[in-house]
Amino acid sequence: MVVFEKPHALTDVPLHYCPGCTHGIVHRLVAEVMDELGIEGKTVGIAPVGCSVMAYNYFNCDMIEAAHGRAPAVATGVKRALPENIVFTYQGDGDLASIGMAETVHAAARNENITIIFINNAIYGMTGGQMAPTSLPGQITQTSPYGRDTDHCGFPIKVCEMLSEVDGAEYLERVAVNNVKNVKNAKKAIKKAFQNQIDGKGFSLVEVISSCPTNWGLTPKKALEWIDEKMIPYYPLGVYKDRSAKEAE
Amino acid sequence: MADKVLMKGNEAIAEAAIIAGCRHYFGYPITPQTEIAAYMAKRMPKIGGCFLQAESEVAAINMVYGVASTGYRVMTSSSSPGISLKGEGLSYLAGADLPSLVINVQRGGPGLGGIQPSQSDYYQATKAGGHGDFRMLVLAPASVQEMADLTVKGFELADKYRMTSMILADGTMGQMMEPVSLDYEIAKAPEKPWATTGTKMEREHNIVNSLFLQPDELEKSNNERFERYKYIEENEAMYEEYMMDDAEICITAFGIASRVAKNAIVEARKKGIKVGMIRPITLWPFPNKPFEKTIGKIKTYISVELSMGQMIDDVKLATKCSGEYVLCNRVGGMIPSPEEVLAAIEKANGGNK
Amino acid sequence: MATTQYLFAGFGGQGILFSGKFLAYKGLTEDKQVSWLPSYGPEMRGGTASCSVILSDTPVGSPIVSKPDVLVAMNLPSLDKYEDSVVSGGTIFVDSALIERKVKRDDVTVHYIPATRLASDNGMPTLANMIIVGKILKELGGYNEETVNAALSKVISAKRADMLEINKKAMSIGANN
Repeated sequence: MVVFEKPHALTDVPLHYCPGCTHGIVHRLVAEVMDELGIEGKTVGIAPVGCSVMAYNYFNCDMIEAAHGRAPAVATGVKRALPENIVFTYQGDGDLASIGMAETVHAAARNENITIIFINNAIYGMTGGQMAPTSLPGQITQTSPYGRDTDHCGFPIKVCEMLSEVDGAEYLERVAVNNVKNVKNAKKAIKKAFQNQIDGKGFSLVEVISSCPTNWGLTPKKALEWIDEKMIPYYPLGVYKDRSAKEAE
Repeated sequence: MADKVLMKGNEAIAEAAIIAGCRHYFGYPITPQTEIAAYMAKRMPKIGGCFLQAESEVAAINMVYGVASTGYRVMTSSSSPGISLKGEGLSYLAGADLPSLVINVQRGGPGLGGIQPSQSDYYQATKAGGHGDFRMLVLAPASVQEMADLTVKGFELADKYRMTSMILADGTMGQMMEPVSLDYEIAKAPEKPWATTGTKMEREHNIVNSLFLQPDELEKSNNERFERYKYIEENEAMYEEYMMDDAEICITAFGIASRVAKNAIVEARKKGIKVGMIRPITLWPFPNKPFEKTIGKIKTYISVELSMGQMIDDVKLATKCSGEYVLCNRVGGMIPSPEEVLAAIEKANGGNK
Repeated sequence: MATTQYLFAGFGGQGILFSGKFLAYKGLTEDKQVSWLPSYGPEMRGGTASCSVILSDTPVGSPIVSKPDVLVAMNLPSLDKYEDSVVSGGTIFVDSALIERKVKRDDVTVHYIPATRLASDNGMPTLANMIIVGKILKELGGYNEETVNAALSKVISAKRADMLEINKKAMSIGANN
């Protein structure tokens, strides 16, 4: 009896992520969903710039590496050229909510029929722990060494809340991967975001509250607790928009 | 002549692109090239193509990157300030070896500059389109017919060499109307086994990528790319020679400047001055060979440009600094008159006689 | 003449570009080499507009007309700006309904025609431009029923075919004034 195996949609390349980082979990969830929906052969994934820049090595589907923040624009091009294929982007908070905010909002406004997996860990990981657009007020990072001062550098951006006001967006949900229950919910959301695309429903984004123990300066276990204590109170989990479900009511 | 129609240069580019099989266009409005977007917006939906007005030039070039990854012919167009924004995307397209067509209908700069014609993006197009070591095929039309012809050629070269082709036009070329014939035999585009179209579970996954964290691998990819560039330099240079057989003075000019220069050459020849012109049609690869032939025969080269003197550097290199070099230029949207060029020719010939 | 360079100038909205386009198309149907170059930019929407048209038996060099053989001035600023640029022996057409002063040059042929008034008197207030075109064709030769019709059908879209006759009428008014 097979108790545990690697999803087919993941390659054999060892992940480069730090110990305790939750990128690995989310990669696995995306790959499981591809397997379960039987879409690996027609999926084109788009990797961002940031920690998941090398995601193209980890997914077995065709992959494109995009410029920083531009993944939704690249995905738009791919989907318009290949409307029968499945197109997803996998982006971090700096990529999606800072440098790529225009591309994000406009892809949502156009209701591009794509799936976005948005990793929010409130910090720039790849470059070594700088303040992100989603860093919490008071959060200490390399570029906010005295804590994020909202008078000086503004407030965190709540992506799901903001996009829920964009008429074009179909489905927005915020999930977390810091415990088993949350991971299970996260998978359900990711699956729905891909299923929406298969069904032609349009722009579906899942925000995944993730941990960055290395740059948060916490142990992996403490980092998961920090998600419950600090992140989720600021970024409440839940469905922020589900147009089709609402229309069906 | 019956099959010729009058078209604006911008429209000729758009229609030629469609004839060449381009079904995806992304752009953002900017004068003086907006007719291309307007034309595409009208035509694409009728032929099953995609016109999409992007939220920015940056988004537009990345949409191009997305379509190019799938192997389909794709284009964007803009004017100088917008091309600067596309610089990032141009570098990524080069790093990922993707074919695309980019149109620059130049206007005066720097900064917001003006909206009148200019050729001051020559350096940007031929030497510094973005960060990193890379080249684009740069094609410089001098008539509405060439706007169309070089668009078709640009797609073919882009596919052949997996590069960006840039049409470097200017506001005059984009806005003027001339008779044009759009009768093309379009060759089948080459197979693109590298395209990301889905594995169908039948092959290893394709990856479109410009990231090489290992320096030796990045060096290798650069070296391989430059081998290709070397081949292109030897095989794809295009130019026109005009009255060069007995010329002692050589005008160099491209695009609209070459049109003005032709008028001046005709007048100078009436006065018995032996002057001709080499008009580069490809700005990269720069047509070195016709210039090399002039070494020892030409005493003065007059570069007529709508810039502070950019192509003149390449003329000096191609002729190994063997002559005297004169810049005859106007900038900021001004265009040299034939009389100004004639005066430069007469001065080079030893003053008015 | 092997090459004729025209400069049309006036206010945006007077049909400056349209009349130039008509002349270019007419040249094309007569197997001439032609070019048409408009001024472009915000001035086209209400400010001054101009366009260069070249008709030639040989390939057109520069499409920019800086020394016109024929100047059409449809407002005073245009006459002020371009009068001196006309070649000696050239021709100037002046809309005398809008321009009160006379041309100062004595080495050019001048035709005054109150085109804008004729247009409104004849119930075609937007066609002063074509009245002047009619005058040009009469004075400089080249009124050819066949090529005029062919060119008009090119510049007037099929959807507005009802405009064909009135354009022809405008030209005949110009030719007879």
